Amino acid sequence: MPTYERKMIEELVDGKLSFRQVHKILSSFKDADRFDQYVSILQERVPYDDKIIMPYGLHLNIVAKETGERIVKCDCGHEFCEYTTNWKLFANVYVRDTEEKIMEVYPKFMGCDPKWMHLREFYCPSCFTMLEVEAVPPGYPFIFDFQPDIEAYYENWLNRPVPTP
Amino acid sequence: MSLMWEKSINPKDAIGWNGQTLKQMLEKSEKYLEETGRYAGLTELELKQQDPIRYERIFSRLRGGLVNAREIALNISASPIVKEIGELCFALYTPEGDSIALSTGIIVHVHTMSDAIKYMIRNGWEANPKIRPGDVFGNNDPFIGDVHNSDVHTIIPIFHENELIGWAGGVTHEIDVGASTPGSMAYGQTGRYEDGLIVTCEKIGENDELYASYELRAKKAVRAPMYWLLDERTRLAGCQMVRDAVLRVIEEEGIETYKRFTREVIEEGRLAFRDRVKEMLVPGKYEAPSFMDVPFEGEVRMPAYAAKNQLMHAPLELEIGKEGEFVLSLEGANKWGYHSFNCPPSAMQGALWVQLTQTLIPNDKVNDGAYFATRCILPKGSWSNPDNETLSTTLSWLFLIPSFTGMIRSLGRAYQARGYVEEVSAGYPGTWNLTMGGGPNQYGLDSAFTSFEHSCQGTGAGFIKDGEGYCAAMWNPEGDMGDIEAWEILEPLLYLGRRVKPQTAGMGKYRGGSGYESLRMVWKTPEQVIFNVGEGHVFHGAGIFGGYPGNTGYRHNLHNTNIKELIQKQLPLPCREGDPEDSQYSPLVKAEKEVLDYRALTLAEDFKEHDLYLAVQRGGPGLGDPLERDPKAIEQDLNDRDILPRFAERVFGAVFTSDDKGKYRVDEKATEKKRKQIRKERAAKSIPAAEYIKQQREQITKGDFYYPVRDMYVSSFELSEKWANKFRAFWNLPANFKF
Repeated sequence: MPTYERKMIEELVDGKLSFRQVHKILSSFKDADRFDQYVSILQERVPYDDKIIMPYGLHLNIVAKETGERIVKCDCGHEFCEYTTNWKLFANVYVRDTEEKIMEVYPKFMGCDPKWMHLREFYCPSCFTMLEVEAVPPGYPFIFDFQPDIEAYYENWLNRPVPTP
Repeated sequence: MSLMWEKSINPKDAIGWNGQTLKQMLEKSEKYLEETGRYAGLTELELKQQDPIRYERIFSRLRGGLVNAREIALNISASPIVKEIGELCFALYTPEGDSIALSTGIIVHVHTMSDAIKYMIRNGWEANPKIRPGDVFGNNDPFIGDVHNSDVHTIIPIFHENELIGWAGGVTHEIDVGASTPGSMAYGQTGRYEDGLIVTCEKIGENDELYASYELRAKKAVRAPMYWLLDERTRLAGCQMVRDAVLRVIEEEGIETYKRFTREVIEEGRLAFRDRVKEMLVPGKYEAPSFMDVPFEGEVRMPAYAAKNQLMHAPLELEIGKEGEFVLSLEGANKWGYHSFNCPPSAMQGALWVQLTQTLIPNDKVNDGAYFATRCILPKGSWSNPDNETLSTTLSWLFLIPSFTGMIRSLGRAYQARGYVEEVSAGYPGTWNLTMGGGPNQYGLDSAFTSFEHSCQGTGAGFIKDGEGYCAAMWNPEGDMGDIEAWEILEPLLYLGRRVKPQTAGMGKYRGGSGYESLRMVWKTPEQVIFNVGEGHVFHGAGIFGGYPGNTGYRHNLHNTNIKELIQKQLPLPCREGDPEDSQYSPLVKAEKEVLDYRALTLAEDFKEHDLYLAVQRGGPGLGDPLERDPKAIEQDLNDRDILPRFAERVFGAVFTSDDKGKYRVDEKATEKKRKQIRKERAAKSIPAAEYIKQQREQITKGDFYYPVRDMYVSSFELSEKWANKFRAFWNLPANFKF
């Protein structure tokens, strides 16, 4: 099983590794310590002290709070909600539901027809980073993209307890 | 007079192992799995543990035999789809029909031929029509075991002494299937009776030869018989090579070792899949629905009940269990339809396997062990498991392609959570436009064509890099668009141009790979019918982590043009469209009829010589907020013409200049400032989600939607109370709410 130096994983995460190096990583067995390395790198980069217990997408992490809650948190420090609730319910949303709004981001005919489908853009209410874009028919419920089973992951797969603050 | 094989086998004897019938073997195998959870009830992989080198050598020799069969047999084919694109594969099965190993190629069929073999066993083929050494069986019925009718199977039994010790199967994709309109995946039919030549696990030969009667039937049933007949020989020869390879292994290793090996290698596949899930993913639930438009409203060639606009709903959910269970569900999918896009379960398995082998299990040890480690929930009566076997299935991929792109995004979320960021993909685009049709060809013969240049689309963006341009299809990992010259030999359509299409890549911090476009001119034929195939009114999937989806398709064709005059006068000919809002080809051509609209999925439309047909291919979805894209990458996008300047400005927030040679330079400081401004604009125009939900609820209670959207909801409600309750709960609607 390979293991990589932290610097190499940092460069990988930042998209700075050469194709040859990335290809080698892709073709090799996976490095079992990657999760801990990755979380450690993310932890060092965020401006908050809450402990990251699971990466949750670009700019989002699930963190452990002193209160015992596990919160979805943006890199800017904005806290959405418990990870068992869809964070999008606490985001800001902008909906492209007319041809004019869709043509701001796609040439005419190369985007959806707003009668059939809308684009929903979800922003962090603090830093206004666009965190997800949904392409759904009008009236579709928000998609709950990912509901991790954190207990099972740590206790059954990593054989250790879920970290606490 | 008895045949040679009859001297060595008593027809009264059961043909399975140790005097069992195949049916007994299959029932026993299923019972073992049900009761022990393990393939063949194996608790130990003894052969693998005691003599691992020998075990791996046996696998390598079998796998080598399969790959060798594929690489040699494809030279028998004359079809560019098989020969150039590589749309064929071979597989080896146990007597019960479980796959042991597979060649390279269209890995889709790891399980579809398994379904066909099991169908024969369950339905008493041993007694009638009998299974004997040298027999040849054919199948292309998705309700038995296949993805769609153009993937044609050849399956032969492998006997050793008096026992059937396995099966060899081969599949190729045909250019035409003899449906009511030309092309391998023609549609517009409302039932299987118009789907063309359907072979239903039929015995099509014996003594290693195809029946002349079957060949004659095929010859008269399809529009491109030369290709069909040579492909039959391709598959049969490949299967025979696989059989020879297996018998050589048995000769060297002994039959008992071979039998033990086949059991162990499938159980190893099952265990390895579970381990891989635990190694790479995170337990939990993932949601990634997708949609596909079927715009058939007003089609006078279809009956009224089929001539309507429809929206396919694929509410994909992936659940990863504590023990590494992999459960894929389409609970909430809407009803099947009177179209050719229905997907029997075997088709769903085909799409699943071609995805998993490119993601979770990207190695050569692919077999039904992984199938036994997964579960699919496909609601009966939905398009993903129709309860009506008279439906048409010629283009099941139209629904399969969108419906599985969410699985790739879901896996991407898991990879990111584990830190394996190099594996993340935003999904894949639709693999179209599919250029397909027929009529009198350039040689004066009635024929059909199916271009497979659409097997190269842009790939999804990664977490650490952009997607690759024009290089892949979700259904064939060996993406190859084929040479223009090869397609021009087959099709009465000249290429006026083929080039990268701007704004096809889904925008994001990392963008998807770009798609491309081909401008084709109908040539040396008085008339052709040609389909446009792909999504037009909807995005087939989405981006991830703030990235946008890649482009939708559209239709832009010119009829009754003055191209002949342009050629005679040596005036400039069009070669590309570029931006559809500022087409570079329309202004060069006069046409009596110009069709430019959202409709990217048409029935076979009439074309005449010198008419122009545009094939718009797709770009991959993007990843991350476009405002985070590296300005240098935007500069390159502009200079490579992957993006158009107005979107570089609006979406990426880039500020740039261009010199008199058209070379762009992005101003990084000004870009940073503009991006801050765009964030402020986002703050001003967006609203809290709670407010949006409150606003929308009223529209929902009124059911005030465009009718295909409303029909989709009505159908999903009817087929799944669970999904209906999920919908009601989200919008806080009463328990008895219906549309």
